[in-house]
Amino acid sequence: MSQVSLPTAIPPAPAPKKISLLSFDNRYLAPAFITCILLVGHLTFGILESYQKTLLAIVTSIGLELLLGRIFYHKWMHPASAYISGISVGILVRSPAYWPYVLCAAISIMSKYVLRVKGRHIWNPSNFGISVLLFLAADTVASLSIQWGNYLLPMVVIWVLGSVIIARLHRFHITGIYVASFLAFAFLRSWMTHSPWQSEVAPITGPMYQLFIFFMITDPKTTVRTKRGQCIVVFLVALLEMVLRLNQVVYAPFYALFIVGPSAMLFEIWMDSRRTNFPKAVAA
Amino acid sequence: MTGSRTARIIVGILFVALIATPVVLKRIAVARETAEAHTNAATALARHGFYLQEVSHAAGITFVHEAPVLDPKLEPIMPEVASMGASVSIVDFDRDGWPDIYVVNSAIGRKNALYRNMHDGTFKDVAPALGIADVNQSGTGVSTGAVWGDYDNDGYEDLFLIKWGRPELFHNDQGRGFTRVSEQAGMPLWINADTAIWFDYDGDGLLDLFVGGYYAEDIDLWHVKTTRIMPDSFEYAKNGGRKYLFHNLGNGKFEEVSEKVGIDSHRWALAASAADLRGTGHPDLFVSNDYGVSELYFNDGKKFHEVGKETGIGFAPKSGMNAAFGDILNQGKYAVYVSNISEDGVLIQGNNLWVPKQGTTGDMLQYENLARDFGVELGGWSFGAQFGDLNNDGTLDLYLANGYISLDRNRSYWYDFSKVASGNSTIIGDAANWPAFQGRSLSGYQNKRVWLNDGEGKFIDVAQAVGVSDTYDGRAVAMADLWNRGVLDVVVANQKGPLLVYKNTVDPNNDWIEFELEGTVSNRSAIGAQVTLFWNGQQQVQNVSGGTGFAAENDRRLHFGLGKNSKIEKAVIRWPSGKIQTIDQPAVRQIHKIKEPA
Repeated sequence: MSQVSLPTAIPPAPAPKKISLLSFDNRYLAPAFITCILLVGHLTFGILESYQKTLLAIVTSIGLELLLGRIFYHKWMHPASAYISGISVGILVRSPAYWPYVLCAAISIMSKYVLRVKGRHIWNPSNFGISVLLFLAADTVASLSIQWGNYLLPMVVIWVLGSVIIARLHRFHITGIYVASFLAFAFLRSWMTHSPWQSEVAPITGPMYQLFIFFMITDPKTTVRTKRGQCIVVFLVALLEMVLRLNQVVYAPFYALFIVGPSAMLFEIWMDSRRTNFPKAVAA
Repeated sequence: MTGSRTARIIVGILFVALIATPVVLKRIAVARETAEAHTNAATALARHGFYLQEVSHAAGITFVHEAPVLDPKLEPIMPEVASMGASVSIVDFDRDGWPDIYVVNSAIGRKNALYRNMHDGTFKDVAPALGIADVNQSGTGVSTGAVWGDYDNDGYEDLFLIKWGRPELFHNDQGRGFTRVSEQAGMPLWINADTAIWFDYDGDGLLDLFVGGYYAEDIDLWHVKTTRIMPDSFEYAKNGGRKYLFHNLGNGKFEEVSEKVGIDSHRWALAASAADLRGTGHPDLFVSNDYGVSELYFNDGKKFHEVGKETGIGFAPKSGMNAAFGDILNQGKYAVYVSNISEDGVLIQGNNLWVPKQGTTGDMLQYENLARDFGVELGGWSFGAQFGDLNNDGTLDLYLANGYISLDRNRSYWYDFSKVASGNSTIIGDAANWPAFQGRSLSGYQNKRVWLNDGEGKFIDVAQAVGVSDTYDGRAVAMADLWNRGVLDVVVANQKGPLLVYKNTVDPNNDWIEFELEGTVSNRSAIGAQVTLFWNGQQQVQNVSGGTGFAAENDRRLHFGLGKNSKIEKAVIRWPSGKIQTIDQPAVRQIHKIKEPA
């Protein structure tokens, strides 16, 4: 699954000077929200493997971001994005060992600097890190795949708050299309496999999907630019997820995003390059 | 610029190396396991000091467990809802000085067996003759476990039969037969339990009985009114069975006092055990719960106080299936082993080894989970486990049974399981919402673990090397010196599988000592008595238990391995009555029968 880096990519709104309780730098929205989820989830249900492990992931993320920023761009990077990557790893990775938290955070952050095409990183960092770890270290690592509790209220609060934040960031269409697609495909799977429809819908009621839906698939740095393109891409994520689910892949959403996300990015980069080169070709 | 490019190349190489790290680690681990597995009995004896040989058939034991067939409405997930029941307990029911074996069956009409030790290496089923075989009759539910305790202090161990159904108490008539006394004793009409233990919680010299419910007690699993019988959360469920504490009134009757003494939980209990963890003289109660956190009840002799969070064991919810105490570091302190689920790539809960934190004692006692550090964390879908010194080297080893549902080897239910487990309570709680099993396995055909304690904080799995190669769906493990040879043998009850008897052969140079205790002021079974042995500059504490592990009970007799050239300084017995008895320099390689001083 990917990181909650959406707001960090959107520059702060240009200089609204008046101070208001309702005004809030968008860059801090997601970090603040995910921190809230983390704290509430842990204090009420103990969702974290441990504070230490989450802290380890956060420290590794931020430390590497600062270091690699200096090496690659000769500047200190803003730590918000790395903080979100670290906290995502801390929530989503489930392992009794410490090293997967360090490794996952490190791979996530490094992927931003190493795996680049035309100056853009194409994988969502924590989606990359977690997918790689789940694939290669399945004997030690799993992902958050259970409820944080059996109460409806926390779920409703997260859905409402998440919707408000995502709408404010003008990316609710991504979430909306994904949810509609997931539900449609869930009923289709139920019809195809004769499984109870409730079991097919069940995953989306869990906390892993709450993070996935509101933040991860909406990461602007690793989604295409046009609104139409974003809708198509997120539909394709849901479609591939369904194919993977029909093949009983437990972490279908991670892998679907892992495959579709960068593919869409590469396609967009290729289209951009064609547009850039086309006038030259005509002129020649 | 050149420096920057070099830095980029280094970062790139490092990135690839990091990605390759898990693969390399896994290969190293596999290579180690493979090397360890390729040994024979002689090599195992030389290298590990023991080997185990499965001898059930040679010993005349042909018992095969059968699972219950519940209400047809549950048919699609029958393998899961009927996945427990296999249980084994060790008892010397006829007081002949040789341990016998009681094993339960869980299908309607199938019989339990009491294997009397014939002293010649064989056993004979005497349950039908003694009246404790045909106890799984239609309308009364089926057996899921058994614990033995001399509740009336007449010198003969009585039987409490744990059931999904009508629980039964049988009085032992001097080893010549059993009389059903459930109604007179005040047992409830119906429970759905998997665990129970005998212990004298109030120190009055009479054994009391704790019973932990799993499914809610108002459910008749053969005639369910609704399919909403499943846990309402995978890790936070509180819709399980209630808990019972039956206080022994001394006249053959029991009074249910759980609420009165502070035990009020509806978590899904799977295992319980009791020991005096704080040195107060009162046994504390540890309960491992499925679908949630474990519970630890401190006992002040009159009331229980749940201290899971305060002690550190009550935070991370898992799938607790075992509770066993062991002084693994020879420090005179008990660690607690709780088994959970680990399945590659899906769910890595890891088992818990709760070790007392340095410097914490008494009411301030705290635990930390050191299962990973000690190497006893990953054991598949783990169930029953017991501590015992299998090679008599002076440190407690750990035997773990595992494997959940072994059906089609090539098709797994894990995908569907994980899907539903992540659902909201309204989905997970209804069996009708669970996809059908259709013959698929769920963590089946797993290799068992026999973890050898190196005495320096590490356990190494030697199961394959010492001859434990079965892959049945293991549930209960019990240890006993079955043939009075000074070694611990292992008996394993498997769900829908045979009862296995692993006969132990141990390096003859290693010394041992055993204690068979009998209470006089304390309960006659001496349950709750504690022996601390001091030898060769070290000490080890063990506790006489009235039920431990998962659905199991070890032999009452306490077995200590001593290693080579041992010199015992003393054995200190603390009886449940509070009396302290010291035995100076007890002889090694002997079974010491000790009666509580008046």
